[in-house]
Formats: sequence, C-alpha cells, structure tokens
Amino acid sequence: MSKLQTSIEDVPEQWMGLGGRGLTSTIVATEVEPTCHPLGRRNKLVFAPGLLSGTTAANSGRLSCGAKSPLTGTIKESNAGGTSAQMFAKLGVKALIIEGLPEDTSKWYSLHIGELGITIREESETLGKGNYEAIQMLNARLGEKIGVLAVGPAGEMQMSGANISVKDPGSRIRSCGRGGLGAVMGSKRVKFISIEPTKNKVALADADAFRAANKVFTNAILSHPITEGLAQYGTDVLVNIINEAGGLPTRNFTSGQFAGHEAISGETMHDTIVERGGQPKHNCHPGCVIRCSQIYNDIKNEYKTSGFEYETIWALGADCCIDDLDDVAEADRIMDDLGIDSIETPVAFGVAMEAGVLEFGDGKEVCRILREEIGKGTPLGRIIGNGAASVGKAFGITRVPVVKGQAIPAYDPRSIKGIGVTYATSTQGADHTMGYAIATNILGVGGSVDPLSKDGQIELSRNLQIATAAIDSTGMCLFIAFAALDDEKCLPSLIDMINARFGITLTADDVTSLGMNILKIEHNFNLAAGFTNKDDRLPEFFKDEPIAPHNAIWDFSDEELDSFWNF
Amino acid sequence: MQVTVKLFASFRDNRFREKGMSFSEGTTVIDIIRLLEINPAEVGVTMINFRHCQQEQVVAADDIVAIFPMIGGG
Repeated sequence: MSKLQTSIEDVPEQWMGLGGRGLTSTIVATEVEPTCHPLGRRNKLVFAPGLLSGTTAANSGRLSCGAKSPLTGTIKESNAGGTSAQMFAKLGVKALIIEGLPEDTSKWYSLHIGELGITIREESETLGKGNYEAIQMLNARLGEKIGVLAVGPAGEMQMSGANISVKDPGSRIRSCGRGGLGAVMGSKRVKFISIEPTKNKVALADADAFRAANKVFTNAILSHPITEGLAQYGTDVLVNIINEAGGLPTRNFTSGQFAGHEAISGETMHDTIVERGGQPKHNCHPGCVIRCSQIYNDIKNEYKTSGFEYETIWALGADCCIDDLDDVAEADRIMDDLGIDSIETPVAFGVAMEAGVLEFGDGKEVCRILREEIGKGTPLGRIIGNGAASVGKAFGITRVPVVKGQAIPAYDPRSIKGIGVTYATSTQGADHTMGYAIATNILGVGGSVDPLSKDGQIELSRNLQIATAAIDSTGMCLFIAFAALDDEKCLPSLIDMINARFGITLTADDVTSLGMNILKIEHNFNLAAGFTNKDDRLPEFFKDEPIAPHNAIWDFSDEELDSFWNF
Repeated sequence: MQVTVKLFASFRDNRFREKGMSFSEGTTVIDIIRLLEINPAEVGVTMINFRHCQQEQVVAADDIVAIFPMIGGG
C-alpha cells in the first residue's frame, strides 16, 4: 500500500503444498519482522483459502487470515466461512498479501480482485459505515454475487478487538474474529476487498477419485450424531452441558455455574427461533452440510442476527450475567456491524462490570456503550474496544482472564483442565479452537479424559493442536473434527481428497508432520518477537481462587506446561 | 429415595426438563435411561452431581442425574 501498486507472483515451489493457516503463518513468519509494530508498515496482512477450498468437498469454504496480532503481539491466524475462500480459489488466488502503509493516511482504499487481476481504488462512500450497510452498498455497486471482506468502524479506528467481516451467501456476516486483524487492515487504510464471481473451476488431478473420497467424507460427517444436534440447536447447545460440568465461567470468572443458564441455552434459542419464524439451520458457506448457523429473529419476527454462537452467548450471558437472549442478540448484531470480536469484547465488558463501569446483567447499557462509545470511538469505547487486558489496566483490575493479551473463552480452565493447557500454550493467545480439549474432557468425543484431573491433558492438548493446525490448512471447518476423532473413515477420505485434488501421495503421517511444522513455525515467530516460556501461563488468579461447584484451581506446574513443546 | 433427573436437548421432547423422581435402592443411571424410554446408544454423556459418570453407576438419595445426547459445538 506504500506505493499503491499491485503485482501477481508465481507461488514459490516450497509453498505449493500449503494452504489456509499453513500458508498464512509461513508467509508471515518468512516475510514479517517478528519485532515489528503490528500496525506499522512492516506488518503484512495475508489471506489464503484452504487446500480444498473452491472444490465440491463438503465444508471446505473457510478463509484464513494472518498477520502479527495487535492484540497479542504473537503471530495470528483467524478463519471464517462466507463466500470469499471459494471465490479466491476459483480465481486461482493462492494467497493475497497486503503490505506497507499509504503515505497519506487521510485517504482510504479498496482492493478489487477478478480474472483480470487486482486493482486499488480510492474509497469514500462506505467509510464510517457499519458492515451491514456497507455490504448492501457494495451489492448495489458491484452486484449481489460480489465477494466482500471488510472492516467496520472498529477496524477503521484500529481497535485491538477489531475483526474482518466476510460476506456470507445471504449477504450477512461471518468474521475472522480473533486477534484484532481488522485493526491491521485498518492500519493499511483498506476498507474492503471485493472479489468478482467467476465461472472458472478448480482443477482436479483425479476427478473420479475426488468424487469417491468426498462421498465417504460427507457420509462420515452426516452420520456423526453431533452433526444433528449442531444443526438443531447450534453451538449454543453447549451452555447447559458446560454449566452442568461446572465449567461455565460466570460473573467475570468467579463461578463455574450461571443461575440464568436455561434462558440463554441452545434449547431456549431453538424454541425462540421456531416461534418467531426464523431458521434453526443455516449454512455459513456454500457446501456446508453441518449447518450450525441460524437466523434469529426479534420479537416482531424480523431478522436480528445469524451465526449466533455459543462463545458470544456465554460471554454476554454467563460472564456478564445477562439472562435475556434478545439483549444478547442485539449486542451480537451491533458487534457484527461494528466489526469487533464477539468474544474479546464481551469478556472486556465483564472486566468493566467488575470495575463498576456498568452493572452486571445490564444488557441495555452494553448495547448503548457498543453503539455510542465503541461505535463513536470515545475514550471509554476505545478502552473496551481494545480488549479485556486494556480494560483491566485502565481500571486497576487484577482478575483479567487473558493469555498473551487475548480473552479466555467460554470454558473455565480450573474445572476443564485440558482446555487450560491449550489456552496457556497456544501460539496465538487464549483460543479454544486451537486445541479443543472440550471434545474429550466433556463431550466424550475422541475418548474420555477426566476434566478435573491433570492426567493426560498435556498430551491431549498437544495432539489436538497439531491436528487442528493441519485441518486449518485444508479450508475445512473445524467441526469436521468430531467425525475425524470418532470415525476411522473420515480422515483418510479427507487425505484422499487432497491427493486427488493435487495428484500427490500424502499419508496420515505427512499430515501430522504438517501440523507439527506449522506449530513450530508459529512458536519460533513468537520467540523471535520476544515471547518466552514464561508467557505460556494462565493469570495468577486461576491458582488462587477456587471455583464452584468443584472448588477447582489451576494446578499445573511451570515444568508441566513447558513439556508441551517436547515434540 | 428421591433423585433429581435433568434431561437436555432432544431428550426433552415429549418428556421433561427437570423432575424429582423416586427410585429404589440400587437403581443405576441406565435403569433411569430405560425407564424414560431413551435408547442408551443415543446417550452421549451422563453426570451425577456435576461429575461425569458411567451409565452403570448406582444413584444415591438426593443425587442430581443429568442425561445428554451426543452434542458438540465450540
């Protein structure tokens, strides 16, 4: 962006076998100085579709976005559904790298990608607009089928909680949510990236083998019992089971159970959606067969929000004690519109509530602050919009649930210890999706490990983090992992699809090696950025404050946590 | 003896959310599952007093028994 120039380059030979997170992390680690300022000219923002994106493989429409994170200071990859990954892949785009900063920071730009290449244009019409309105404007300007990646007002203001919004098939919003990548895009003065539809198809080395493998793979996903529950109740089905296990962080992480859990549960959400004529099942990208998203209508039966996820509902519900699903839905919509992470921001509100900025349970005030303070960039809005750690510092609070500056999501690490290992050791700050130990600690998927015991948790988290890094490179939704952990046909069919796509002969061991390599590349970037093993720790209050109902504490030693990297 | 039984997700359909029930000594979780006409093969997770348990576990007076189908998210 420094010279407002574009270029198209051939993919280096050594990167040909990479996609998604594997490619974004490799490019960031190779081309970005680890000690650079995340919002300065040396950072680069990288988008990459997965290895299978653009094919007919079920659930392969995830787009990875990577950079050095302004929230954590670590390397970051965040992925989302929507239509962009498949559109990039069909245009033959392996990755889009945005580098430099415009000299004149008063001007904003858009990038447009099509069969003829990529162009940079000055942009003014959509500046300051929320994502919902901006997408409608771009549909009118460029056609309904245009793909869109955009930042909202939070990204324009470079808040550390800002995300990147991805247009979905219904012209609504999915998000590369975590780590403040919207602030990086805002720092480069890119308001949006538009992607032209094309009739091109992704080439397959062996179409018959691909079709056969996809059939086996799709059957494995569809026949797993969790798929059915995800479609009916959405991810919010987790509220009641995590509450029952005593792992639902409540009132800024001071209890493991929330008295109002039924009001915000997946069961209540399902009944409310049906009663109001919404859609309990909805796919976030074409080709998804799980359909865990939904359309949630308001009391007048009009669209309010979609992609209404467990973590968001937990954070506003249990952590901020808001037991009204309509208030939570309103806040979710505003956050999507502002383009701000719906995990980081509500956890920041929980810390602000402890500080007395507003009362626990006051959903209306949360919505007001989102609109009038964060949306307008007031000093309070910027403190909250910069995340939970920012609020803790500004108000002198010590119970701040973050690792490497990123908010801990919806599972208490004291009573579900496997996920605590993931929070502590993840290369990207606290993030449940990096190694979802909940599957084995709570849900009985991939075996069973006692959530309250330390035994086996380091190894579990390590294996899950390695597998996740590989899955994140394929363009697959992480929810294929439930079938992959339980159905022996699932993973081989996924590997068969990759082989049939590229005409290669990957084995399961190669995929494990890929996951290990990605983790090591990311870890080495963080070490070079100044992180040490001392950063792979949870905040000290988890050791000091037992949590009800199990009176559990965080009791891993430093040596045990450091052994995570023994591979 | 009195036991509180909680059901979740699809297991609530045509049954209940939470109910105080009376059982004889020696009743196991799987006995309760069968009594409620739930297919044990469809049960994903069972808990007693907020701890995971085996379906064969014997319940005690005043226990809270939670029965879930296979569910997931994240």
